[in-house]
Amino acid sequence: MSNDTLAGPDVAELEDLARRARINIIKSIAHADGGHLGGPLSAIDMLIALYFSVLDIRPEEPRWPDRDRFVLSKGHSSIALYTTLAMRGFFPVEELSTFDSIDSRLQGHPDMTLTPGVDMSSGSLGLGFSGGLGIALGARAAGKAFTTYIMLGDGECNEGSVWEGAHAASRYGLDNVVAIIDHNKLQQFGWHGDTVAERLPSYTGSQLADRWAAFDWKVLEMDGHDMTDILETVTTAKAHRGGPVAIIAHTVKGKGVSFMEGNYKWHARVPNAEEFAIAMAELGEPGYGQGGAA
Amino acid sequence: MTLPQGKALRVAWGEAVTELGKTDPRIVVLDGDLGSSTRADIFEAAHPDRFFQMGIAEQNMLGVAAGMATVGFVPFVSTFACFAVARALDSIRVLIAQPKLPVKIAGSYAGLLAGMTGKTHLMFDDVAIMRAMANMVTVCPADEVETTQAVKAIVDYEGPVYLRLTRPSSPILFDDTYRFELGKAVTVRQGGDVTVFSTGIHTTRVFEAAEALAADGIEIKLVHVPTIKPLDEEAVVEAARETGFVITAEEHTIIGGLGGAIAETLSDKYPVPVKRTGLADVFGESGPNDDLLEKYGISVAKITESIKSIVKAR
Repeated sequence: MSNDTLAGPDVAELEDLARRARINIIKSIAHADGGHLGGPLSAIDMLIALYFSVLDIRPEEPRWPDRDRFVLSKGHSSIALYTTLAMRGFFPVEELSTFDSIDSRLQGHPDMTLTPGVDMSSGSLGLGFSGGLGIALGARAAGKAFTTYIMLGDGECNEGSVWEGAHAASRYGLDNVVAIIDHNKLQQFGWHGDTVAERLPSYTGSQLADRWAAFDWKVLEMDGHDMTDILETVTTAKAHRGGPVAIIAHTVKGKGVSFMEGNYKWHARVPNAEEFAIAMAELGEPGYGQGGAA
Repeated sequence: MTLPQGKALRVAWGEAVTELGKTDPRIVVLDGDLGSSTRADIFEAAHPDRFFQMGIAEQNMLGVAAGMATVGFVPFVSTFACFAVARALDSIRVLIAQPKLPVKIAGSYAGLLAGMTGKTHLMFDDVAIMRAMANMVTVCPADEVETTQAVKAIVDYEGPVYLRLTRPSSPILFDDTYRFELGKAVTVRQGGDVTVFSTGIHTTRVFEAAEALAADGIEIKLVHVPTIKPLDEEAVVEAARETGFVITAEEHTIIGGLGGAIAETLSDKYPVPVKRTGLADVFGESGPNDDLLEKYGISVAKITESIKSIVKAR
């Protein structure tokens, strides 16, 4: 168990890793002149916590058979996964500048045949989840002890296949799988409210938690941006026995950059030069002024 | 010549995968709640710990199979061809074909004869869909002998495969000396007037039609093509060169299946006239097998008529 022999980073260190990851994400999207931003920024704190503190993995041996698995079912947040994998040592951070470019190992949506550390291809929503459940079912059949973590988007939960899988997983009492739902309450376009300008989420209040519970998943909730909460909740989920666990992670789309937070228009928009400078300053990147809007 | 009656391909598949499972612990079977029809139940009875009931939920089932493949299993996913290929196509494409995972899709009840089910269950554009997909090997055995051997061959092949299986008990074409080879066509009858390429259990019908044609003075060379992708292009070109004119025959729409594959290959490599026969560009209906074969033009008598009129028109 490689992580037991290492002193993992403390909460402050994880928070700083997440801050640097946000800078890398925004730089990569700006450099590629395309890609998603809102979702990666809502997911990144959890990815950093998982890869630097929770997952039992060997960056130098990405295909180690006994490693914990992670599936990014919300595959359009790939840049968050690539950034995390690079910072964790699976490949050079400099390679992030190839994101979305021709011949790159870092495709718009995760490709398990190309990128070291990607355990399952994804990108068509709802499907990575099924693949992750198959990993968990296979691990149990093969007598392997590792845990499979799957991250879904809340909008992704519109897909019927998610509920096909949710039923099967509880039917099999799969307790070696943890689903984390990035509940940022915004979709690419969303549902209109009283006016078309008002965009509403698919699930409000406790609806998402209630649905997973109705499929007999143990449901936990956490603040997906609070490192202490993330670590405690994921640890509780991993230890749960008798059935699968879904963690509803309350998050903010575009988290970390004031003008992106909670604005669905930043689902997949590229910042212009001025916006980029403000974002870098807010995230404390040297050379862009002192925090806060310029 | 009337061929001896044998098992349905679905039964041959169920027995073969069960037998292989005795010595190959990597083999698992996933069922979409049709095991008693597809004969996945044979595997469950012998290997209950490696049989996974996934319920009536095909998109998830195909995805779960992909995940199981990544941890070292060789999953056979068993359901009706319509539900695998049509219902769960995106799962196959995204999680199995593109990552080239060794998932074997056993599409049962394919073609025109799916019991009294009709348009929803009759899937005869499956080969066109699967062979158009990158990385997807497509296999259509003719009889129980070939099915048994094909199951072994596709387990040995490290990649995704679509195995087309059928419901009714079928004639036996091959004897014990036959050796199936993935990607190879086999000449099952010599003749100089025209080459007929056929696939699946339809080959047994064309074989029987050939006798009636011979009585009428038409000698067909019959080439059975069990692997539609990758196509045995060498054998196709060779046969076209020999007879200068070819006919394709299949229990599948004439769009994009064996006929499409042969026409594409010959137009590129050795252009000769190609006449495609099979099912028209229509949906099916429910009815007894013999009535369906007659109405949709693929009974032995209809094949005989059709080949005769094509050859005479030349």
